Amino acid sequence: MFSFCTDPAVLPDWQWFACYLTTATHFAMYRSVLVVLLLMALAAPLALGLGFLGALAMRSAIAPFRAIGTVYVSMVRGVPDIIFFLFVPLALDQALEYVLHKWRCPDWSEPIRRGNDFVVCAQAKFPLSSSPAWIHDVWGFTLALIAFALVFGAFAANTLHGAMAAVPRAQIETAEAYGMTPAQAFRRVLLPQMWVYALPGLSNLWMILTKATPLLFLLGIQDIVFWARELGGQKTGLFAYPHPDWRVWYFLGVLCFYLTLTWVSQRVFDRLMTALSHGQATAGGEALRRAGA
Amino acid sequence: MKKLTLSLAVLAISATGAMAQQVVRMGSEGAYPPFNYINEANELVGFEIDLGNELCRRAELTCEWVINDWDTIIPNLVGGNYDTIMAGMNATEARAEVISFTQAYKRPDPSAYMALAGTDPSVMESGVIAAQSNTIQSGMVADTDATLIEFPTPDETIAAVRSGVADAVLADRDFLMTYQSESGGEFVFLDTVIPPGAGISMGVRQSDDDLRATFNAAIDSMKADGTLNAMLIEWFGDDTPLFE
Repeated sequence: MFSFCTDPAVLPDWQWFACYLTTATHFAMYRSVLVVLLLMALAAPLALGLGFLGALAMRSAIAPFRAIGTVYVSMVRGVPDIIFFLFVPLALDQALEYVLHKWRCPDWSEPIRRGNDFVVCAQAKFPLSSSPAWIHDVWGFTLALIAFALVFGAFAANTLHGAMAAVPRAQIETAEAYGMTPAQAFRRVLLPQMWVYALPGLSNLWMILTKATPLLFLLGIQDIVFWARELGGQKTGLFAYPHPDWRVWYFLGVLCFYLTLTWVSQRVFDRLMTALSHGQATAGGEALRRAGA
Repeated sequence: MKKLTLSLAVLAISATGAMAQQVVRMGSEGAYPPFNYINEANELVGFEIDLGNELCRRAELTCEWVINDWDTIIPNLVGGNYDTIMAGMNATEARAEVISFTQAYKRPDPSAYMALAGTDPSVMESGVIAAQSNTIQSGMVADTDATLIEFPTPDETIAAVRSGVADAVLADRDFLMTYQSESGGEFVFLDTVIPPGAGISMGVRQSDDDLRATFNAAIDSMKADGTLNAMLIEWFGDDTPLFE
């Protein structure tokens, strides 16, 4: 990074640290912060969308939809998250390779499951063995993203379902009295009002999502926790920057990172809650009305 | 008949053509210096990386390294995420039930008990011993009367001894060597034991006979011309056991 970094062994302290903190591995750690943020930025809207569909399914008039929604939500909520995070990427990956195998190698005579091995033909590998490393990384990240969206989608579905039920019945009845169809009443009356009831649950979910991101490490993605452990461990003279066990400092850094993230999120949610409470027949809305009067 | 011979010849040519371009994905842990580790430039380096690259060059394969956590390194091999394991793995009978191994590229490593200076050697029978999970050493400690505590990475086993959580650590001596020699007398070796197993070998899927044969041939050629021994001395010093 800096011109004076050529021989770390002879550097004075501040220069040593300047060089040490700008090694390629440290930059990889700084980049991994972006991976965590990217996961949250993509997983949250996906989970919300899935949750919305789930909630609609749960209150649908059509029995099969209702069954699908209820099974999805109760199944995910009833299984430890970690099982899902381990199961979904593995199952998706193997299912996809199985289908590709059947499609691209129809003449393949040997079985796919051989003893312990899961073997598909080279053309059915996804990504292909010859694909560059970044494609493998993106694919791994995508699988993790799907697992996060599925798990948090189920919780969001439950929250949104509850919020839809919490909108006062009188509001819907009034809408119907004005001659709105059920779809219009849903869109114009129920949907705008349900968010204030959903927000506490959703903000909770966001916090849990934030704190669940270290599970990426479990799925083999080099996230901030991976790098904190890797870089913090003792480095012997084999390395250019030997140091004793510094994990406590690295984990302190990770702790501060997550605390900052959740603190900022809480601020944003507080503001959002105020904005949504305006004109609502809730305690929060009433307080706003009195303060304004 | 002529047609058959011709198509066989075409098949043979296309098969060798495919071999030349075949990409072999090589799994490693990246946390086990000097066998395999990530250096400051964020590159995977170490004895096994040098060796693996040379084996691939001799076998005319294109090789790509993949870093994988130790605890899931075997499941992800049989699941097809990569094709080989080179991660300081001893070819034990228990592992050979799940995957198959090439011949050894490093003789069975003596395992060593390392403890803080002044530790009573009786801790080996009755104390608390740290070992990395799913290693040969964790199995060895489990067979003694000592209490085993396991850690997912090798680095944490040493930190446990330093912090007093464990009385000693049992691990490959070649891994512990630098930690001991650089500790300035803080760490001492209590004892060394020869673990069971055929030696450090490359793991491949049991169904992957061709790949195993290819790498066995490459290892043979490196043993025959002495390059493997030279590489062992370069990474592990003059005392390391060599191949005849």
